[in-house]
Amino acid sequence: MSQDILVVVEHLDNVISDVTFELLGKGRELATATGGKLLAAVLTSSAQSLAEKLGVADQVIGVEDPQLQHFNPESYLTALSSVVEKKAPRLVLIANTSMGMDLGASLSVERNLPLVAYAADVEMEGDAAIVTSHLYGGKIYSESVLDADSGIVSILAGSFPAEPGKKDGTPELEILAAPPALSDTRLRFKSLIQPEAGDVDITQEDILVAVGRGIQSEDNLPLAEELAKALGGAVCSSRPIVDNKWLEKNRQVGKSGLKVKPRVYIALGISGAPEHIEGMKDAELIVAINTDETAPIFEHAHYGVTEDLFDIVPALTEKLK
Amino acid sequence: MVRADRFQRDEGVDTKPMNIVVPIKLVPDLVEELEINEDGTDIDREFLTYRINEFDDHALEEALQLKEKHGGSVTVLALESEETDKVLYTALAKGADRAVKVTGLPEGLSSHALARTMGQALSNIDYDLVLVGVQAADDRDGQLGVLLGKTLGIPHLSVVTDIAVEGNTLTLHKEYAGGIMAQFETEPKVVLGIQAARVIPRYAPVSRVRQLMKEAELDEVEASDIDLGSGTSVRRMYTPTRGEGAEMLEGDAEEIASRIADIINEKRS
Repeated sequence: MSQDILVVVEHLDNVISDVTFELLGKGRELATATGGKLLAAVLTSSAQSLAEKLGVADQVIGVEDPQLQHFNPESYLTALSSVVEKKAPRLVLIANTSMGMDLGASLSVERNLPLVAYAADVEMEGDAAIVTSHLYGGKIYSESVLDADSGIVSILAGSFPAEPGKKDGTPELEILAAPPALSDTRLRFKSLIQPEAGDVDITQEDILVAVGRGIQSEDNLPLAEELAKALGGAVCSSRPIVDNKWLEKNRQVGKSGLKVKPRVYIALGISGAPEHIEGMKDAELIVAINTDETAPIFEHAHYGVTEDLFDIVPALTEKLK
Repeated sequence: MVRADRFQRDEGVDTKPMNIVVPIKLVPDLVEELEINEDGTDIDREFLTYRINEFDDHALEEALQLKEKHGGSVTVLALESEETDKVLYTALAKGADRAVKVTGLPEGLSSHALARTMGQALSNIDYDLVLVGVQAADDRDGQLGVLLGKTLGIPHLSVVTDIAVEGNTLTLHKEYAGGIMAQFETEPKVVLGIQAARVIPRYAPVSRVRQLMKEAELDEVEASDIDLGSGTSVRRMYTPTRGEGAEMLEGDAEEIASRIADIINEKRS
């Protein structure tokens, strides 16, 4: 086994995802600690253009095949597995995203490597990697010991700054032969579907009133709408509200929704699971109202209120009118 | 002009009825306060209330929707625990055809061990499709659906929000960040990690659940020789320290509302 750190580069439509740079920044630190190299694995149809953005890595390992132009759990696993077999890295860092979830856990079974998911931090302690995961919606943290020769860490987006991972310039690019099994997939990628333009673009709003499960019922949504109206902002939400079809998808903040950075973010009845925090933690001012005083949202908010939102919101709307 | 939208697309007359399995994971109710056990390496499970993983509830609903549209069957599977019977009878009351309780394993199983267990239980079940919640709040070592797909040697796709069936072909939508989706096609067998069902998961009338508890039988299978390891150990579990975060605003509703209004107005000015 080597002491190298391998970061799996996530890309969509030939654009590298932000989370990749977060992983690269952290990977740089870890490679210094292990004394190994920082490797970036690029699985795509043509690696050169993506490699140009990966200057922070010591080496880019590419697997190129037309089949890899778009993500496919089966072909990507075949390609990644060949990289891991060849390079035998100390740690594989992968994003805990829609693509990364499919890839990380299947790589774990395929190569019989241990995996720690929901990771928000990784540090080397002697020969072991200590991985801090945010579990139970962020209410409990756990420290896992990854002391095998090699292991996989699936990291929550937004855990590390992206800046340290961004550096233009092409490192040494090594293209590995595409494994023959690459096109042997039972899942077939057909197309990418862009979201329909909705009535409002929450990424462009200065003020957002966000509702979560604590709003309790669709009938209570007007409370939030009136507050947003009084503020000249818009209503957005956490995932359960959209899964329940109370609001359209274009209002969802977080992992599978949108990333927002408003001046003011008022979180009503939102617990603050890591998937939501990822989408709003960069708001300039966060006010959270939630009766659960242990809700993780209070770790990220500037101001917190544990009184009932059904008492506070109407009074607040009245004062802001 | 005929438009082939998704609602017409899966009305194909020759669509084959599918046997769908939904592995259900029970997770601690997050509304309750979680505490850490004595040696500080797990949550204290003694007085916890467990409930169905919310994403599994969506997986079950999607399975029932597919069955109601195309025929076939829905089988639910869960590991034995204090609340398992209630969860399985509730699934039967919602419309599942068969419920299987897997016995002989400790609580707090890793995702890897749970995948091995469910894989073993599935070896005696005739299935086309496995629908599982995309994730659970305690997936420390990865998500069940992906691990299960690899264990069974069949494809898997996570974060699925839409399933359409025509003939023997499944058309699937996988969700990425920013609301972008990828469309995939495949044929059974496949494991799908469900993000959200097409409709809100239904409720089962309590009277119906009680009636089934008297009348219906749960099947039982015993897990044997399951490797419980996940390759990592937990050295510490803890509640994150509070207090560095938000400044908490106290007082009655009027006072708090005034403070918030001042804070926002200052930011806006």
